[in-house]
Amino acid sequence: MSKGKFGVHGGQFVPETLMNAINEFEKAYNHYKDDPEFVAELDTLMREYAGRPSRLYYAEKMTKDLGGAKIYLKREDLNHTGSHKLNNCLGQCLLAKKMGKTRVIAETGAGQHGVATATVAALLGLECEIFMGKEDTIRQALNVYRMKLLGAKVNAVETGTMTLKDAVNEAMREWTNRVSDTHYVLGSVMGPHPFPTVVRDFQSVIGKEIKAQLHEKEGKLPDVVMACVGGGSNAMGAFYEFIKDENVKLIGCEAAGLGVDNPKNAATMANGTLGIFHGMKSYFCQDEYGQIAPVYSISAGLDYPGIGPEHANLADTGRAQYVPVTDEEAVSAFEYLSRTEGIIPAIESSHAVAHCIKIAPTMDRDKIIVVNLSGRGDKDVAAIARYRGENLYE
Amino acid sequence: MSEIKKAFENGKAFIPFVTAGDPDLETTEKLLIEMSKNGADIIEIGIPFSDPIAEGVVIQEADLRALASGTTTDKIFEMVKRVRSEIKCALAVMTYMNPIFVYGTDKFMAKCKECGISAVIVPDTPFEEKQELAPYCDKYGVELVSLIAPTSHDRIKMIAKESQGFVYCVSSMGVTGVRSEITTDIGEMVRLVKSVSDTPCAVGFGISTPEQAKKMAQSADGVIVGSAIVKIVAKYGKDCIKPVCDYVKSMKEAIS
Repeated sequence: MSKGKFGVHGGQFVPETLMNAINEFEKAYNHYKDDPEFVAELDTLMREYAGRPSRLYYAEKMTKDLGGAKIYLKREDLNHTGSHKLNNCLGQCLLAKKMGKTRVIAETGAGQHGVATATVAALLGLECEIFMGKEDTIRQALNVYRMKLLGAKVNAVETGTMTLKDAVNEAMREWTNRVSDTHYVLGSVMGPHPFPTVVRDFQSVIGKEIKAQLHEKEGKLPDVVMACVGGGSNAMGAFYEFIKDENVKLIGCEAAGLGVDNPKNAATMANGTLGIFHGMKSYFCQDEYGQIAPVYSISAGLDYPGIGPEHANLADTGRAQYVPVTDEEAVSAFEYLSRTEGIIPAIESSHAVAHCIKIAPTMDRDKIIVVNLSGRGDKDVAAIARYRGENLYE
Repeated sequence: MSEIKKAFENGKAFIPFVTAGDPDLETTEKLLIEMSKNGADIIEIGIPFSDPIAEGVVIQEADLRALASGTTTDKIFEMVKRVRSEIKCALAVMTYMNPIFVYGTDKFMAKCKECGISAVIVPDTPFEEKQELAPYCDKYGVELVSLIAPTSHDRIKMIAKESQGFVYCVSSMGVTGVRSEITTDIGEMVRLVKSVSDTPCAVGFGISTPEQAKKMAQSADGVIVGSAIVKIVAKYGKDCIKPVCDYVKSMKEAIS
């Protein structure tokens, strides 16, 4: 029986070699998620090590400048390691350790998930190996060195498009090669069941905090929660708590690269069709024969041809809306937030900021938008400088 | 008796794999015809996929070469249909779930039947997801090959009970590719299958030499070789027919 379905999406499309490992992982997760000792241990790490809860910051200058809805920024960029990725890594690595695994592997695009995995591996004494597309090791050279500094081995993946999709391919291949002592810390709400559920649950702390913090500040629910979407982990983490609150609009912002009509984009919802890849049924950018498309975005973290199955279902049911944001719009938002609020957002998160800049002025002043600022932009400064024509290398 | 079952009647079965369209479909066409005359009992035709997660570098590169030469699923079916009568053995296709699903699983299986392809092997679709394929396979009488791996343990009987065609015993951990040593206890895997089913067992992943094939054939009903053949194709390109057939002949002799 197919498991882990969200509408028609999801499932467990992996080689037989991995089936016992993912079944074992599911069993362990179901056991530990309600285990008081595990919950307390994770909670302590989230508080003391990651620095949670992250702030919900009222962006007053931005709000006044745009002249519409009140804008709050959920500051996941202030998390230890600089992004929301740590939430999931703490959960999964702790789980891996409880399962007796001594080694973790992970894919990474922008390097944020790789850094977060390497960080927790260092903390928990796990051996760590990261797979990163060669193209991305160049775009995000600083993060590569950061991972090495944390004691991880970084494998530059030279197959296919040499980006995130290929890093996932290689991490899966490596997992089939060595599964008995190794856990694959998948970094997004994608892949075979139970990963989409496990990663969502570990990230759902974001939405829970938003709800409580906004209740304290404003005494009400937000009107819009928005986040950038590649695989979709920060968006799912922000959205999940609000799915049942039907008046809260959920908007995922995907990477349109040079534009949805240009072949160089990664806008899965705008251009994708139903397929079965990377362990799941979902939407993918692909051709009529099911060959996966070589996608593109300035943002290495959103440069992925698929989207998590729960997002695909939220789109099917109309509960969430997905909008494309181009490189140029994202870079402008990156610069805007830096200048206006003194916050340099990750180029991934800048996609959500860009859409906020578009819609906030069209909304009444008593409306509230929460933008999940999934990561900080230090890693992107050199690339943005180059995008703007400055010859800056790290 | 099914075409696949029949293929296991001629002593131990030798099952070579080729990536369709590597380096082009004319070469694949000749390979299918000639391999069938030189000892192949079943030929596995690989439909290339952009992201073959169960393949090692050798077949990954073959897939990319095939796609770069303009190979599509339709062109492969057209070619097989045209030359099917000249191919003197059973045929199976090996590909990933996405190329089948996006093509239309019903249409895909209908095409297999039309082209005389008896079985499909889909390495990223495990037992739990077989409903994605099985109803369409049944509709057109195409057999769905089940895979078992060194990590399958307690799953082997469950899988074997519902197996069709042959059971593909994955000899090693990891992806496809030539290996100098195979340490898995194949005999035990086969014994577990046989305890619940009379489906023939063929061993694949990592086998390249006649010695390895001979050893595997002691416990299994057939031997599958992919990367070693794809390597010969990569080396000789369009001139690979003779060296591949010499190799196929030597492998069939080794297991006979």
